[in-house]
Amino acid sequence: MLLLLLTVLIISALLGYWVISKVPSLLHTPLMSGMNALSGVTILGAIAIFALVPREYIVLAGIALVLAMVNVAGGFYVTERMLRMFRKKHPEQLEKE
Amino acid sequence: MIAEIIFGAVIIAGFLVGLRLLQSPRTALWGNRLGACSMVVGIIYALIAFEVAADPVFWLFILFGLALGLLLGGKVKMIQMPQAVALLNGSGGAASAFVAVGTVLLSVETGNWWFFLPAALALAIGTLTFFGSIVAAGKLQNWVAQQPVQLPGHRSILMLLLILGVVLVAFSSTGQGALFGQLWPFTLLVFALYGIFMALRVGGADMPVLISLLNAFSGMAAAVTGLAVQHLILVGAGALVGVAGLILTGIMCRAMNRNLKNVLGGFKAAHVTAGGTDSATAGVSKEVANHSGKSMAEEELLEKPAAEEKVETVFPGLTEKLNREQRPGEETSALALSPTETAAEILGKAEKVIIVPGYGMAVAQAQQQVKELVDYLESQGTETIMAIHPVAGRMPGHMNVLLAEVGIDYDKLWEMEQANQQFPEADAVLVVGACDVVNPAANSAEDTPIYGMPILEVDQASRVIVCNLDDQPGYSGVPNTLYQQEHVVAIWGDAKDNIENLYILLKSAR
Repeated sequence: MLLLLLTVLIISALLGYWVISKVPSLLHTPLMSGMNALSGVTILGAIAIFALVPREYIVLAGIALVLAMVNVAGGFYVTERMLRMFRKKHPEQLEKE
Repeated sequence: MIAEIIFGAVIIAGFLVGLRLLQSPRTALWGNRLGACSMVVGIIYALIAFEVAADPVFWLFILFGLALGLLLGGKVKMIQMPQAVALLNGSGGAASAFVAVGTVLLSVETGNWWFFLPAALALAIGTLTFFGSIVAAGKLQNWVAQQPVQLPGHRSILMLLLILGVVLVAFSSTGQGALFGQLWPFTLLVFALYGIFMALRVGGADMPVLISLLNAFSGMAAAVTGLAVQHLILVGAGALVGVAGLILTGIMCRAMNRNLKNVLGGFKAAHVTAGGTDSATAGVSKEVANHSGKSMAEEELLEKPAAEEKVETVFPGLTEKLNREQRPGEETSALALSPTETAAEILGKAEKVIIVPGYGMAVAQAQQQVKELVDYLESQGTETIMAIHPVAGRMPGHMNVLLAEVGIDYDKLWEMEQANQQFPEADAVLVVGACDVVNPAANSAEDTPIYGMPILEVDQASRVIVCNLDDQPGYSGVPNTLYQQEHVVAIWGDAKDNIENLYILLKSAR
């Protein structure tokens, strides 16, 4: 299992390097906030903890859930807002403004 | 087991394809949505696998987090994006630390060092990310002083904390978890202090580097947490984030002519004074620059009211000015014109204009005025592009977002390398609130901290208009030699007002 995990780690890092280094600096802020949302993936671990801990410690697991969820929701939403501004405007739309 | 691996691979592939789509502004929105969908699918799978979907308490936490996240994400202004990202980084890092510690302490797992080591690392990196991010966000929001804070023995403190931290992590991973249980509060404390001290000494304009680095840390925290809880998706996605953060950190460092050690070490201040005292030539040139700076400032004081008056009276009596311009022989009387008038004249005649926005523009909230100016120039058939330095703003790519916000087309936003080929062909360059990134001293003044830093070579253009707050050096502390060049017109003061005046003058002149 450890071997598998380390393989995934290395392959993801390499593929990630290959894909991410081609993102233009125009989009570096959305890239970062999107990646930020992705680091909230730890919510999957938080769910596992929540399911496994004894009931009296549930609040601790809950804090992890809340923090990770804030990260995921806030990150993706903020990225969505930013990228919407980068859409090309149609000429008619420009005239309206 | 096999099904789980395949599922994990599909989710990670979803993230990767989403990233691939982020390579073009046309597809980026869908890239982000694909990433979000992959995340939702992963969460739903976890809900089913761990049978928590029926627990109302679970939904309480999830919905609270969701609401908080959406509230934060919806409220934040584009100029506050760096601190928002820092805060979100921090919450992700803290969540990872919680998960790792929770796994060890609460779910009573038995394991060997390759379980406890990643858990201890996750605690360390997660804590560091959280506290570093809080300080960074505080600095960006101006709750904490923007200047690098340098305590006596700062470097030694950091070094000591780091060594202590490494020792704690090493011990935590031995002893079948018994030591982890006793040591984790100390690990937490040490890395919390390390995060705070590390972020405190980073100054305002170095923020892009710190934010990128914290982003990388939050990814690494997720990845090592994944190793500890043996979760494929955590490892894969964490690695992606870590790599992205490191790539951006590298780009930022290169663009600012700094290495990571200097930024985190807060070496900037020492560097500048060294330039002033150690080397005679640098000292002299600095002094000269300061002198001219002073006289310029005095002139500005004397001229400012006069200039403003002129601008105001010019609107009704503009025909007078036009007549004056048409009269031959008077053309050379640029001295009689205020800087704003000269600038308007230059822009009016130009066929190709490049605008260089800096963080100063964002501070003055002059984006809308710049956009008006761009639209006007375009409507007059003037080719107009914006040249964006990689570190313009407070995080990577920040300036592009601020300009996109006011509706400037992304086709007009050029990266440094392409823009630098265009400057020699440009009739006019308008610098708005940018200093260090257009300072020609970066190419010539060997003893300054910005020597060798890639800059936007605005001095190559026929005429340059500078719209900055004052003639003081930028963040680097190096006086800008651009201001003394003959083909440069400087309009000091609030960029918002000055661009507005420039626009009005230009409009009424045609």
